[in-house]
Parts: sequence; structure tokens; C-alpha cells
Amino acid sequence: MAAGPASHGGCPRAQMPHLSKMERVVVSMQDPDQGVKMRSQRLLITVIPHAVTGSDVVEWLIQKYCISEEEALHLGVLLVRHGYLYALREPRSPGLQLDETLYRFQTPYFWTSTLWPAAELDYAIYLAKKNIRKQGALVDHEKEHYDQLHRKINHTWDLVVMQAREQLRAAKQRRKGDRLVIACQEQTYWLVNRPPPGVPSVLEQGPGRGSGMARRVQMTKNTDFYKQEIECCTKALGRIRVKSSVCLEAYLKFSSQHRPHDPIMSGCLPSNPWITDDDTYWAMNAPNVAAPTKLRVERWGFSFRELLADPVGRANFMDFLRKEFSAENLSFWEACEELRHGGQAQIPTLVDSVYQQFLAPGAARWVNIDSQTMERTLEGLRQPHRYVLEDAQLHIYMLMKKDSYPRFLKSDMYKGLLAEAMILPETKRRVFPFMWKPRHSSLSPALPPASASVEPVAAAGGPGGAEGEA
Amino acid sequence: MCDQTFLVNVFGSCDKCFKQRALRPVFKKSQQLSYCSTCAEIMATDGLHENETLASLKSEAESLKGKLEEERAKLHDVELHQVAERVEALGQFVMKTRRTLKGHGNKVLCMDWCKDKRRIVSSSQDGKVIVWDSFTTNKEHAVTMPCTWVMACAYAPSGCAIACGGLDNKCSVYPLTFDKNESMAAKKKSVAMHTNYLSACSFTNSDMQILTASGDGTCALWDVESGQLLQSFHGHGADVLCLDLAPSETGNTFVSGGCDKKSMVWDMRSGQCVQAFETHESDVNSVRYYPSGDAFASGSDDATCRLYDLRADREVAIYSKESIIFGASSVDFSLSGRLLFAGYNDYTINVWDVLKGARVSILFGHENRVSTLRVSPDGTAFCSGSWDHTLRVWA
Repeated sequence: MAAGPASHGGCPRAQMPHLSKMERVVVSMQDPDQGVKMRSQRLLITVIPHAVTGSDVVEWLIQKYCISEEEALHLGVLLVRHGYLYALREPRSPGLQLDETLYRFQTPYFWTSTLWPAAELDYAIYLAKKNIRKQGALVDHEKEHYDQLHRKINHTWDLVVMQAREQLRAAKQRRKGDRLVIACQEQTYWLVNRPPPGVPSVLEQGPGRGSGMARRVQMTKNTDFYKQEIECCTKALGRIRVKSSVCLEAYLKFSSQHRPHDPIMSGCLPSNPWITDDDTYWAMNAPNVAAPTKLRVERWGFSFRELLADPVGRANFMDFLRKEFSAENLSFWEACEELRHGGQAQIPTLVDSVYQQFLAPGAARWVNIDSQTMERTLEGLRQPHRYVLEDAQLHIYMLMKKDSYPRFLKSDMYKGLLAEAMILPETKRRVFPFMWKPRHSSLSPALPPASASVEPVAAAGGPGGAEGEA
Repeated sequence: MCDQTFLVNVFGSCDKCFKQRALRPVFKKSQQLSYCSTCAEIMATDGLHENETLASLKSEAESLKGKLEEERAKLHDVELHQVAERVEALGQFVMKTRRTLKGHGNKVLCMDWCKDKRRIVSSSQDGKVIVWDSFTTNKEHAVTMPCTWVMACAYAPSGCAIACGGLDNKCSVYPLTFDKNESMAAKKKSVAMHTNYLSACSFTNSDMQILTASGDGTCALWDVESGQLLQSFHGHGADVLCLDLAPSETGNTFVSGGCDKKSMVWDMRSGQCVQAFETHESDVNSVRYYPSGDAFASGSDDATCRLYDLRADREVAIYSKESIIFGASSVDFSLSGRLLFAGYNDYTINVWDVLKGARVSILFGHENRVSTLRVSPDGTAFCSGSWDHTLRVWA
């Protein structure tokens, strides 16, 4: 990695694909037949050709990409911010004006992808030119940069001044129109590469992606790398694949089944807390609420996983299993989960407790596993590790899923829950923007249980920077 | 009379065959050894042999990949948008910013929801990590990390701790405390150690294990209590940028995406790569599982989001539009999986119809690139964090 003077570090063009895409847009905008309508800008006696108005640019984008005006304007602003379009007349705002202001396309020489990173020497020459041409033309941040550079590359300062003078002299040979255009082009280039304070740099990519702070890693493509790829591919070739039609149908089924439960798609009753500031919805759907809503109870029927994921569902299922005298299955499964996701240090004790409770011959809550799995498990218990009960756990899980779960769904217990479950009425949205309703804070899960009765330190809903509907 | 130059030979025991011969100096991995002429010859040809093997391995890998694509194509009998033709189109879509969280002094890089559906943790470039009750917009906790660019943060399932890391190459866990006498930094636990920046982290089903992804090209699973490395995952050819855990009760898998344009599915137990997909044209910035766990979506710098099905073992949809030029930094599904929200580097959020492949809506509001986006645990809203120093909750 070259430790160059450029503040943004070297970054190959390939790592900024959006630049080449923007360039393609800009090129097609300049197409003589299909491009944006060109006009000429008259400045006193000079005429500058090939200029476009902001509205023409927006119109062209709307036509070409079938997008809304808002989106087209947004894209136009981004083109200006990245230096592909510049206004001919001061003041040059960072946006895209939709009035009579005329813009021109930046010359490819100055495109961000071509000349990046911008060298310090070039910036010094640019500032020197500006300084020489008109005393006091440098803006505050430019003055600062100028002084900084003067200190930093003092040894080549003569070169800088000489170059600056030479470029200014050469420029005087040109026609006034060309001179103006070149000056605009250069200024635009430096606006992008040395943005004034307060304007975020569009070139910043974040660490590891060209800012040079954390160099990106490229694994050496040695024999080991390819051997691993070959292994991965060979395994992949041996996979059993499912037909696309089957897989894709599954999405349709899943989406339609879950659609009523998706608050963004179907809303939620009584109302979405974020929209109405009323958190009743959360209270009614709290993890361990006594009376679950109808939608919630319905969801237990979608899959065994959904039933187990819901604490209320799981508790009801446990009650059902007790009636069937197979509650130890669920308890065993829960204990295995605790092992699988628990801390490393707890593994030996957990394994032992599971064995004593569920697997040992004559255990109080002995689980019925097939002999093969049991043998394998007991064998593995000699050297307990996190996954030692995985086979047994899967066996019990499948047992519950294929056997107990369908019976649960057909049971009177479940049907009764469905019938009792509530459907909440919808609350109308508040339409009085000036009647500010305080938002209740909730107890943080991080509070220790003992202080649950005490008022939380986090104060109740205050105005702190909140914004209502935008 | 011509001068004759004599080669001065050192006689001794060869470093390889140990026979007493005339030795010549030889360099192997910048270490100087003395080999006899026979062994030196062999070493020279070994080098050749290795190069040949490298080339042949590379071509073998390429041809296998080609065969794999053929196999994958055989079972591809229909496209997603064709199947979705009989699904009714979505109506008018209105989502607005309902909360704006201001308080970070610099770019927001990452955020995560708490299971209580309203609290979030967010981290930024200036090293600050803040826990908010986003419903009331109150800040509840704040920690200053000793490094800048905190690119990863995660909320523990219990709601009692957070994990974060970035340019410090570590992942640290902070227990959340309301005790005014205790500073959170005092109870900090350093869990993960990588050799490059931390790009993503996530707790598994409990507070006791953390999965991390790093710029050093690896992912790793750690035990929080002891800081022990439980499993490491090698296979990416460049920085790993993102990861997501599979929503499954029986399996133990997760997916990761990296700068090598690949998305890889891993088995947490064995550390092996189970499936790999390489169809993006640029870095994969974000991966997220479809709610059923049978597929995942990825967002990339190539300005597209793609859906990969795990059972069909192939890419099944591309979400792209010619007017979308900037990379997608972050993706997430709505609860039913019908909508895909994607935050882009052009400051916008695009909402895609997952089944039909069309864009449903574009959301404006942020004033700089959207760096992170997550749907809330109960699907009532989603939160986006941006380089404009703010977070927004949309519903």
C-alpha cells in the first residue's frame, strides 16, 4: 500500500462501481440524439455552448428510468455532488436548481474515477493559482489548507508557484469562454476532492474499502485455497437439490399465511404503537400475557417451531403434554437447548444433570429414545461436549413434532384457546396534533428483578428530540 | 592465459539428506540452508512441480464450479416472478419516519433491536455506543469505546447486555447497568480477538455465545464468559462484512457475506462451509435470512439485492433497477417475508416486493448514506441508521 500524500488512499476503480455507473448515465445524457436538450449560456459577450437546465436533466431522467420527479431530482443532486455536473454561474449550491440555472457536464479528465486520489501538489498549485489571480480569493478553509501545504511541502514551493504562474499564463492565451469553463471544471473537481467544512465527502468509503486505515485482505490464492474450493464444490455437487417450483411455492404459502400477522402489511390491532403513540399492542402481546390474542394463538398452528418460540404457546403445550404423560419430552428438549447455547464452563454440570434426570436407567423423567440413539448418546457422554445430546434432542424434537404437536392442534384445549382468544378493536388515529400524549416508558429488561417495583431511573416519556409523523 | 575461477565448495553434511557432500547455499522461505547438488536440483524441480499443481488446481476448481452451475440449472424449472403472477399486487404503500434519534456525534454505523421491540443499541464512528428506548427517544445508556469506527453492535437476547467492536479488532460485551455508581466500561468483557477490524457480531440464542465476522477474512464463535474461541470459519477470500443466524430450532447454521463477492452458509458445529453462492458483482455488504429460514437475501455494492434459496441451492431473484446506481448497504425482511427493505449508499431506502421482484416504494429522508437497517422483532417498524448521524424509525 503506497503511503501517499492523498488523504483518501489509493482505491482501485473496481471498488467504487457506482462511479462507473454514474459516468454511463452522464455519457448517455450527452448523446446528441437521445440525450438532454443542450442550450447555450450567454454571459455578456461570451457564449458557452452545451449547457443544460436542471429541469431538463430531471425530465430526461424521469423519461429514461420511469421514475418519479422526487427520485429524478435526488439522482440529479447526487450527480452534482459527485462532480459530474456543475453550474456555470456562482453561487454553486450543492443541489440541482430547477430554475433557469444552466449546468454543464464535467470533462472526463476531471472525473472522480480518473484522477483519484487527488494529489497534494495539484491542490497546492490550484490554491496558488487562485491566490495569485486575485488576492483574497481564498475562502477560509482554503486559506487554512494553503498555509498547511506551504508548511508541508515547503521544499517544492518554488515549483508550485512557478507551475501556478505558468498555468495562468497559458490560460490567458485561451478565449474567455474556454477560460471560464476550465476554471469551473477545476473548481468542481476540487469541491469534490477537498470539500469545505460541513459538507460530507462523497468519496469516503469507510475502513477497509480504500481509506487505507484498515487494509483489505486478499487471501493468497495458493494451493490450499484452491484445494478448499475444490472440496467445497465437490461436496456441493453431491447435494440433494429441490426443484425450484417446489421451493418458490413455499414462499407464496409462507407469505400469505403470515400476511395477517405482518403489521407493516396488514396493520395491527388496536393500532401500531409507532403511529399512534399508544403501546397497548405491546401490552396485549407481552411475552407472558395471560390472555393471548387470536392471531397469536392461530400462529401456533403454523409450525411446531412457532409454537415453541412463543412462551405462552410453549406453556400451553407443556400443559397438554402433562395430560398425555409425555411432558418429560419437552423438558428434555429444553434442557438440551440450555446445553447447546450455554456457557462453556457449565457444560459438564449440565450434561450430568440431564443424564441423571432423563437418560439414566430408572431416571425420574426417563425419555423414550430408540436404542441406537441412546447407545450413541451414552457413549458420547463419556466425553461431554456441547453437542453430545444433539442426536437425542433431534429424535425427541421430531417425536413431538410428528406426534404430540398434531394432536395438540386437534385437541379441545387448543380449540378452546382459539375460541376464547381476543380480537382487539381498532383505535382510531389521533387527529389532534397539538394534544401531545405522553409516551409511557417501559421497564428496561436490564433492570434487576428486585427493583421492579421501584421507578426506573430512565425517566418517563419526555420530549427529548422526538419527532411525530414526519 | 585465461584466469580460471574456482568455485569454493564447502564440504559438510547436507541439510536435507545429511550425506557428506559439497554444499551450496540455498534459500527456502528466506532462510539460508546448505544443500548438496542433488538435493538442490530436486528442490528446483519441486518448485516447478508446485507451480504446475497450482495451475492445475485452479483449472480444476473452475471446471467444478462450471459443473456445479450446470447441476443447479437442471432443477430450475420456473422463475419466481412467474410463480408470483397469481399473487395479487401490493396496494399503495405509505411509510413515514415516526421517530428520529439524534445524539450521535458522527456517522451511525450499526444498530440492533432488543427483544422488547422498542429498545435499540447503535454505534458510530466516534466510538460512542448508545442504548435508546426508541419509543420515547430517551437515551438509557452510553459507552465510549477506546477505538473509532465501531462497525458492529448487538443486543443480547436477555436485554441485559450489549456487544460491540470495530477498529480495535475485538468484540467486547458490556453488561447494562442502571447503577449510577458503576460505570459500564468497568464491567467490560473482551470476548473476541481478530487480526483485523470487526465488521459484524451477533449473539446466538443466548447471552453466552457470540458470533463475529472480521476484516481478517474469518468468522468465529466465542464463549462470552471465558472468551474462549469455540469454532472458527475459514473460507472467504477477503474481508467478511456481514453475518446472520438461521432461524431454526434444529439446525446450527449461519450465513456470511464478504468482499470476495461470496455468500457462504456455515455449520456452526463443524466449522465447515455448507453452501456457497457467488453471483454478485461486488462486495456483499449485508445478508439476512428469509423468515422461514429456507432462503436469504443479500445486498451488495453492485446496486442489487439478491435472493438465494437454500434447498434449490441457487439464486432465485434479483432486485435491481437501472436508476439505482449506488450499493445496498443493509437489507431486512418484513415479518411475513413479503417485503424486503434495503438501505442504499444514495441516502434512500427502497422497498421491494420479494415475490414479484418489483420495487414497491422509495423512502427519502436521510441526508447521507444509510449504513444499517433492521426490522423490529415484532415487525411493527424498521429502524435505519445513517452517516448523517441520525437513526430513524419508520412505520
